[in-house]
Amino acid sequence: MQGGLVALVSVAYLGMLFAIASFGDRRAEQGRSLTNNPYIYALSIAVFCTSWTFYGSVGLAARSGLDFLPIYLGPTLVFVVWPVVWVKIIRICKVNRITSIADFISSRFGKSSRLGGLVALIAVIGTTPYISLQLKSVATSFEIITGTVGADGWGLGALGAFGLDTTFVIALALAVFSILFGTRHIDASEHHEGIVAAIAFESIVKLFAFLAVGFFVTFGIYDGFSDLFHKARDAGLQKLFTVSDGGGYADWVTMILLSMLAIICLPRQFYITAVENADENHLRKAVWLFPLYLLAINVFVLPIALGGHMAFGGTGNADMFVLTVPIHHGQETLALFAFIGGLSAATSMVIVAAIALSTMVCNNIVVPLLVNRRWVDLERQGDLTGLLLTIRRTAIVGVLILGYGYYRFASGSYSLVTIGLVSFAAAAQFAPAIIGGIFWKGASLKGAMTGLALGAAMWAYTLLLPSFAQSGWLPIRFLDYGPFGIEFLRPYALFGMEGFGTLSHALFWSMLVNIGAFVIVSLLDRQSTIERIQGALFVDVFEHTEDLRDERFWRGSATVGALRDLTGRFVGEDRATTAFQSFALAQGRELAPDSAADSRWLDLAEKMLSGAVGSATARVMIGSVVKGGIVRLDEMYKILDETSQAIRYSRMLETKSRELEDTTQQLQSANERLKELDSLKDDFLNTISHELRTPLTSIRAFSEILTDTPDIESGQRTHFLDVIRTESERLTRLIDQVLDLAKLEAGQMEWSVEAVDPCPSVKGAVAAMDALIRERKVAVILDVPKSLPKVRADRDQLMQVMINLLSNAVKFCRNPNGEVRIEADVRDGFLSISVTDNGDGIPPEHRDGVFEKFHQFNRGSDRMPRGTGLGLAICRHIVTYLGGDIRVGDNPKGSGARFTFTLPTA
Amino acid sequence: MAHSVLIVEDEPNIALSLQFIMKRAGHVVRVAGDGDAALQAMAAAAPDVVLLDIMLPKRDGLSVCEAIRANAAWKGVKILVLSAKSRESDREKALGLGADDYLTKPYSTRDVCDRVNRMLGLEGGCGPSAGAV
Repeated sequence: MQGGLVALVSVAYLGMLFAIASFGDRRAEQGRSLTNNPYIYALSIAVFCTSWTFYGSVGLAARSGLDFLPIYLGPTLVFVVWPVVWVKIIRICKVNRITSIADFISSRFGKSSRLGGLVALIAVIGTTPYISLQLKSVATSFEIITGTVGADGWGLGALGAFGLDTTFVIALALAVFSILFGTRHIDASEHHEGIVAAIAFESIVKLFAFLAVGFFVTFGIYDGFSDLFHKARDAGLQKLFTVSDGGGYADWVTMILLSMLAIICLPRQFYITAVENADENHLRKAVWLFPLYLLAINVFVLPIALGGHMAFGGTGNADMFVLTVPIHHGQETLALFAFIGGLSAATSMVIVAAIALSTMVCNNIVVPLLVNRRWVDLERQGDLTGLLLTIRRTAIVGVLILGYGYYRFASGSYSLVTIGLVSFAAAAQFAPAIIGGIFWKGASLKGAMTGLALGAAMWAYTLLLPSFAQSGWLPIRFLDYGPFGIEFLRPYALFGMEGFGTLSHALFWSMLVNIGAFVIVSLLDRQSTIERIQGALFVDVFEHTEDLRDERFWRGSATVGALRDLTGRFVGEDRATTAFQSFALAQGRELAPDSAADSRWLDLAEKMLSGAVGSATARVMIGSVVKGGIVRLDEMYKILDETSQAIRYSRMLETKSRELEDTTQQLQSANERLKELDSLKDDFLNTISHELRTPLTSIRAFSEILTDTPDIESGQRTHFLDVIRTESERLTRLIDQVLDLAKLEAGQMEWSVEAVDPCPSVKGAVAAMDALIRERKVAVILDVPKSLPKVRADRDQLMQVMINLLSNAVKFCRNPNGEVRIEADVRDGFLSISVTDNGDGIPPEHRDGVFEKFHQFNRGSDRMPRGTGLGLAICRHIVTYLGGDIRVGDNPKGSGARFTFTLPTA
Repeated sequence: MAHSVLIVEDEPNIALSLQFIMKRAGHVVRVAGDGDAALQAMAAAAPDVVLLDIMLPKRDGLSVCEAIRANAAWKGVKILVLSAKSRESDREKALGLGADDYLTKPYSTRDVCDRVNRMLGLEGGCGPSAGAV
């Protein structure tokens, strides 16, 4: 076929793409979005299917049968089984205005610009082989369809005269195309609807082209699938129907895992699936539409491979069967369609990858450098959108030149699939940071940095360097004998690990060091506060609303105008002005450029800038115009720490004051107790005074009567003198008892406690009371066993107790016919002695009180001198001191009271 | 004309001594041993003078004083409180409740006699001569 025609058709196709993209953009500007639907979204995700799929799968199938499949099973698994990972990533991207995978990772780990740069670097290096794969396929397919190898015929071959080869021209063309598409706007997180539309269109084209070839082979050349497979078996190709031998299944698992990671971590997949996502709900359809697409594009892989095999008898470049089989059968138009399909597969990948990478290079490598090194003066007025665009355009060209370079110098000897897998393995290095980052709050910046760096280094050592060596850019001895002949370090059998495929081997080591370092360093590392905050924002993205973000992290003052100007320099004057005006309007006020910007304005500006230059850089820029500076999060946390310290301190104060209150209360109650005691003492003194005054009154009265009545009859005189004497005795007894009680209460009584025989004490008490007993004609019955055990007591005090009880009993028993009974009993190591009278007894309500001092109540009706009111109180003190107890009850044999006390036996 | 005196006192010896001097002064004497008995005696026949102890069984002297003053029929009854309570506040309390005079135990019997006579508007002392009238 004529090169000119092919070139013309190609250019026409690209022109059509451009028209579609422009149309998409215009529709977007008019607010009638073309791409805001799940089908376009799912088709755009099919950018996953590149030349690798279009050409390479057939090639792989022709070599090793079903081994091409796992690359599509992995993504299918992720979309069908684990869509939540995408839901989460998409939400995070939307909330944080993430522009790329580098932005995502750097943002997660504390907005670290160093990490962002590292990710961008790895992404560029890792994607380079992939881009070279596309270039290689386009170049090869172009050569095949024009029937030329090298400069032949008309058209592009002429370029050779200028020392340019086809691939380079194609690389440049794709660069220009990407620049035209991808760098018209500057706000990268604003959706590139035109591109998405074009990519979706390309997905349709490549699918139909491939299906057309498949149909032709299956139904045109052969008579359907069964005919094809029968003939293939006859041709001895049945080994291609199965998984290849050897490490087949192990490699399958590796490939499935790898492609699962790749569908998430490939920069362009991340970009198109997460960054360009218009609506989270679109994912619902994409989770089955995209796998369906993969299924459709894989149906004819094996038939075409078999057809190619049978057509060329096992010779020829199997990677190009999609093209060569139709040509072989004279179907030039179909071949041209297939070529366009391959072109669309390649261009879609290159465009999206170039845009994604250029955004990263610009936002995560170049701008941070410019800003940090102060090569760009932010204070100086001037529109920087031009600068940003230039950086991105340069980056696109650079990326394609890198791809071309790799194609030219390293990929020559490799099949398409092998080249693609190298890129997959590079992208997989992002997986721990991304997946760990969105599910594990403890993942730290240092962990991510270390893991990524080590993983990428391992990838380069086990995959990238060998590919250079294979191509002769490094001594091939390097592969077979290791660097400097150290076999231990052979890149394909590191640390002596042999028996794996090179890919499994590389993936094993790189993921081992990556994940290992990521986890271990994260566990050992202490996260900074901003890492903690970002970690929480990412992991708990479904719980956080956008409003929470960053609100409180800015302090200081900037005017709204200054913010608008800063933003304008990066996103364009008009766009910034419009955004600021509508923001002011939304808050119901005029845009006042001189007014102080509050956190909402700062937030707006930071978000707009994030879109243009990435979140890390946006932060620094906002910080530069906010006078008073950014409150760094550490500082914020220091303030918080201080506050919480103050809170702790005030809590301590509260506790102290509560303790003080308690103490005060205790003091108060002690004081009240003292007052009570004081008033008790007062009462006691009053009572004593009363008790002393009473006998004194009688004594004085009768003395005066005797003095004033000289002629008093002698019987009366005797009676009155007798009263004076008994009242004096009463007074004396009272004084004695008061002193005794005072001593007992103060613990100053002198005791001589010993083993005492209780009988003499009892009898002695009865003897001492003899006069009173006789006077009152009371019968005292001593019902005590002949011998009693000795008790531990003080002889005199025991006597005192007996006398007090006996005198009470005698005084209060029936008159006449009074009877007092004294009994003794031994039980449980205690001697109990009871004194029972036959008087009126003591009513229950008084029984507790009788042992209190001065407790008196009207007992009996006869007018006899009262007791002191201290006798029972003294008894209780004595008995208690000696380890016994005393109580009062009823006379069991009729009316009367019975006092019983116990003493421990000796 | 003999005046009647009600002695309200729970200490038998004190009651005995008071009884003796009042009789000697020529008064008709009754004795009550507690507050309730005092009011019963009052109800039976109102005396001219009540000699009232404060610390009494059943109903204390202050309550008796209050009850007497609450009854208009006993308006003319003079009350002399004889108490062992020596504080000024006790005295004020008793006078506040309508007692006419207050003596602290141990008192002089002569003093008691003088005050009773003064209350009754009688001239002269309390000697045995008075009892002979």
